[in-house]
Amino acid sequence: MSAISFPEPAVAVEVSEHAQPRPRRWYRQPSLASGAILLAIIVFAAVAAPLLTPYNPIKQNLSGNASLLGPSAHHLLGTDQLGRDTFTRLLYGLRMDLRIAFIAVLAPFCIGVVLGSIAGYFGGWVDSVLMRLVDIVVAFPFYVLIIALVFVLGPGQRSIYIAITLVGWVSYARIIRGEVLVAKRQEYVLAARSAGLSAVRIMARHLLPNVITQAIIYAMSDIVQDILAIVALGYFGLGVQPPTADLGSMINDGQNFLTTHWQLTTFPGLAVVVVGLSLSLIGDGLADLIRPGQS
Amino acid sequence: MLDVRDLHVRIAARHGIVRAVDGVSLQVASGEALGLVGESGSGKSMTLRAILGVLPHEAKVTAGQIVLDGVDLVPLSNSDLNRIRGPKMSMIFQEPMSALNPVMRVGNQIAEGPIVHLGYNRARAAERALELMRRVGIPDPEQRFRAFPHEFSGGMRQRVMIAIALSCDPEIILCDEPTTALDVTIQDQILRLLARLCAESGVSLIFVTHDLPVVAQICQRVAVMYGGQLVETGQVRDVLLDPRHPYTLGLVRSAPDVEYVRHSLVPIPGSPPSLVTPPSGCRFHPRCKFAEEDCRVQPTPLRELPGGRATACLHYERCEEAVAADRIGP
Repeated sequence: MSAISFPEPAVAVEVSEHAQPRPRRWYRQPSLASGAILLAIIVFAAVAAPLLTPYNPIKQNLSGNASLLGPSAHHLLGTDQLGRDTFTRLLYGLRMDLRIAFIAVLAPFCIGVVLGSIAGYFGGWVDSVLMRLVDIVVAFPFYVLIIALVFVLGPGQRSIYIAITLVGWVSYARIIRGEVLVAKRQEYVLAARSAGLSAVRIMARHLLPNVITQAIIYAMSDIVQDILAIVALGYFGLGVQPPTADLGSMINDGQNFLTTHWQLTTFPGLAVVVVGLSLSLIGDGLADLIRPGQS
Repeated sequence: MLDVRDLHVRIAARHGIVRAVDGVSLQVASGEALGLVGESGSGKSMTLRAILGVLPHEAKVTAGQIVLDGVDLVPLSNSDLNRIRGPKMSMIFQEPMSALNPVMRVGNQIAEGPIVHLGYNRARAAERALELMRRVGIPDPEQRFRAFPHEFSGGMRQRVMIAIALSCDPEIILCDEPTTALDVTIQDQILRLLARLCAESGVSLIFVTHDLPVVAQICQRVAVMYGGQLVETGQVRDVLLDPRHPYTLGLVRSAPDVEYVRHSLVPIPGSPPSLVTPPSGCRFHPRCKFAEEDCRVQPTPLRELPGGRATACLHYERCEEAVAADRIGP
């Protein structure tokens, strides 16, 4: 027997559940998971609208007592003053507004990312010119500028896309410029330059993947902003033109019946809130997932 | 093959103009490894970056020539230089973690050079990357091709850097303290690898370091920099064992591990000179125990000595005496 003895540990060491390292998975992020589920339900409802409801969102029914019905088994949210099913119009309105918002966010995203990368990477007068341009756009409130631009360009979807692109790119350009300013000081950029890679290649292949996440996170809240702008434009009659279903015009139409038929305005409004909530949750969750230890 | 003549690099800083490199001349022959040693801030890294043409915005080559294969690189445009960086010269950095792109698979990072410079298609470049990974001793290259830098250990990352540097078969590789960030055993592996690759492919090296034993292990010739100037050049054995400049002597004495008999580590007193207002005469004179009146006033260009070496010291015989005294012992 050896002269040295080691004392037995009095209590067996228990490895607690929490001590185990766990891989970070997106579904363990409560805000991301709940936001994603919520958005999935909304998008499904919007995309599958023709399957979920038997009614036509545009076709009016002015016969007898078909208009301004209360909620019932046939008409979940009742009908509006032109006898159209409110629930059907809500789904088709969501479908229209979501589609416009998701498409509208693409152009400003791309333009902003490209111009922001150029400004941040090259600096100098290019940067000064671009950033003064950004300052000019930022000086106006977002919604005021959008509404003014659509007013000038004339109502309709095309004008919405143009207005959102003209106003929206500045935020992406600012974010990406800031990120590139930091990232270009990293040694891997010097290494890429030392390897004889062109500026375009360094920006596209080396910097972009390192800086794009911030722009993607911002895009989530930007879509919310765009939806609100689209709804606001619809409300003012500058957006999607009747009879096409749109949440903004629905809110406006229902306004006259607010005291008697509150569901006509309330549910389109609630739909906007829920969409905004789901996208904000996703944005927050993504930010937490990408930036560990800051939640 | 590479011939740097009287290179001057100046940096515009808030407190004045920094003479980061002040009249440096270097020659590197084909297949030769040249060590460039000196303290931090002596202008070693700036010299390398000037050769590659990747100086920071504030810095500029104000005079001198950098001749590679008969072509002066200094007046070339960035796009012309991009045809030389990669296929003719490449660089290995000190910190492989920060010099590799964190979000790009290592295989793609190695394959990028051949795609851009050699016109390879993706499949052929990937094959080239696998071959290079094998050559630099990365086990399981097929598996590791799709890995990201953070999944590698420090030594393996430096092997990846070496593979990138070799990817377009350059004639010269500039190494900026490639082993400083590694632990000693890995350092030795990487040095052996570099030495073997150089011998195999006949590529030249400029090896910047402040680590004298590393120079002794890998280089044939060494150039010692102080305050933006060269103070001594020559064969590694000559310079490290029998220095002819008090600064080199100080470096050798303050290094813990050279085949050099001495009794204790002796630090060099004082601190490196300001490169905005450098000392007159010899830049080392305020810290030099052999300094005389003429060191303060006379400029000290490199002077040829017998045996293919050169020194900037006016009183280099004093070093010889000091070395001889050291050898005899107390």
